[in-house]
Amino acid sequence: MAYSEKVIDHYNHPRNVGSMDKASADVGTGLVGAPECGDVMKLQIKVNPQTNVIEDAKFKTFGCGSAIASSSLATEWVKGKTVDEALEIKNTEIVKELALPPVKIHCSVLAEDAIRAAIGDWKKKQNVAKPAEMQAQ
Amino acid sequence: MSTNGNTATPTSQETGQRAIPSGIKLPIYMDNHATTPMDPRVLEEMLPYFMEKFGNAASRNHPFGWAAEEAVEMSRERIAKLIGATAKEIVFTSGATESDNLAIKGVAEMYKEKGNHIITAVTEHKAVLDTCKHLEKLGFRVTYLPVQKDGLIDLDDLKRAMDDKTILVTIMAANNEIGVLQPVAEIGKLCRERGVIFHSDAVQAIGKVPIDVNKMNLDLVSITGHKLYGPKGAGALYVRRKNPRVQLVPIIDGGGHERGMRSGTLNVPGIVGLGKACAIAQEEMPQESCKIAGLRNRLKDSIMSRLDEVYINGSTEHRLPGNLNISFAYVEGESLLMGINDIAVSSGSACTSATLEPSYVLKALGTGDDLAHSSIRFGIGRFNTEAEVDYVADRVVETVQRLRELSPLYEMAKEGVDLKSVKWAAEAH
Repeated sequence: MAYSEKVIDHYNHPRNVGSMDKASADVGTGLVGAPECGDVMKLQIKVNPQTNVIEDAKFKTFGCGSAIASSSLATEWVKGKTVDEALEIKNTEIVKELALPPVKIHCSVLAEDAIRAAIGDWKKKQNVAKPAEMQAQ
Repeated sequence: MSTNGNTATPTSQETGQRAIPSGIKLPIYMDNHATTPMDPRVLEEMLPYFMEKFGNAASRNHPFGWAAEEAVEMSRERIAKLIGATAKEIVFTSGATESDNLAIKGVAEMYKEKGNHIITAVTEHKAVLDTCKHLEKLGFRVTYLPVQKDGLIDLDDLKRAMDDKTILVTIMAANNEIGVLQPVAEIGKLCRERGVIFHSDAVQAIGKVPIDVNKMNLDLVSITGHKLYGPKGAGALYVRRKNPRVQLVPIIDGGGHERGMRSGTLNVPGIVGLGKACAIAQEEMPQESCKIAGLRNRLKDSIMSRLDEVYINGSTEHRLPGNLNISFAYVEGESLLMGINDIAVSSGSACTSATLEPSYVLKALGTGDDLAHSSIRFGIGRFNTEAEVDYVADRVVETVQRLRELSPLYEMAKEGVDLKSVKWAAEAH
């Protein structure tokens, strides 16, 4: 009733559910939210090291339908974008696309945070990985 | 979409649809603590009082008034009988919120020279809690008793809280969220020994479990029609007339109806309905409670035998027959409700409230916020069937399983991560 058709669609058919290997160098993992607040999102991206393009994205979410939809949509949107492009995604765009009511805006904020956290994790790995690679060469 | 069932063969998980067993009509109503459907026998008895018997019960000098008054007095007797009271002790109101307000404010105002202290519990309904908060602003002192893990108050806490300024104890008979039954008889005994007036909001208990105002030493009892298969907008307050006589200052002034305690033209059809609902309950409660408890246990067993990490909130021993309040770990309540949208139940999740705070009742039991977010309240009532219970159990189990597959918390728990030890990043918000 209160949910938009798009939220219901993502809830019934969540896109890109799953997990990737957290330890892999080309995978970035973002885990945001807290169980006591009622929302936890895990968003993972797999980035092509040559092009910086996000080739795959997966999520798992504990939260309401709007939280599930926001994270599902986020995985759809980041796929095919470069890391820098993905950082441009704003929570307000998620709000607009899913027609989230004001009380659910925090779900979109969390999804944006999840994207940033996943990219941040990936970037950290690159900074750590690079000197090691150079040493190896 | 279900009409496409024979052209495509999507799984029930993909479509969110499943075969509907015969004899079931969707959506299924299983939220009988919020309100109950009207019993057709109640409606039947009310109908004449809308049209041909439309009189004002206060009209003393013509047959229209007499017919209305007669019906009102019969209802008064029926309600009184159900709780072991006398008809003159029943005051009609618009519902339990008004009854609670009248009882609490009425006692506070009447007995303020005697004392200014009121005792209640943290798990009370807002109609009681907010009334007490209002009185605090006027200078009354209110003790909010904590509850134990099972949702019951500790009688020693109550004893300790009572002092020579205590004029009123207000403790509900059955909780609206978790269905736990407070030790009303024991509370009544303590109050009587100390000469303290005892009020109980008994809306969830009346007609479900026996309530006897004399055996339980109740002085004031709030009653409403729509929780026992009667109409909305019709309620009553039991006010003890002797041993001791309880007096109230009215909160509504006017024509002096209801012996001055509640002015306003009586809602005759509603009162007739409330009376009939009580008469049915009087007749059928023992068998019905047994049947409903059986359905509740069937639902509980069916769910708990198929899912791990499912927790019942509140005492299983001292509980309304129709109540099941359970938390499904790693699944958020609102998303679960969304998945079982052909079933009407409630959740203690913050997401279902405007405040974004999870249930204060579950918090009071010491249920962690995470499990409070994961709670669902099932309220089984007179018209639920075994087939409905089985359907609900299946839908809940499959939806919880689907959402757990989607839950990072479930994945982490399965990997052996202690969720309590994780440093969550939510503080930033």
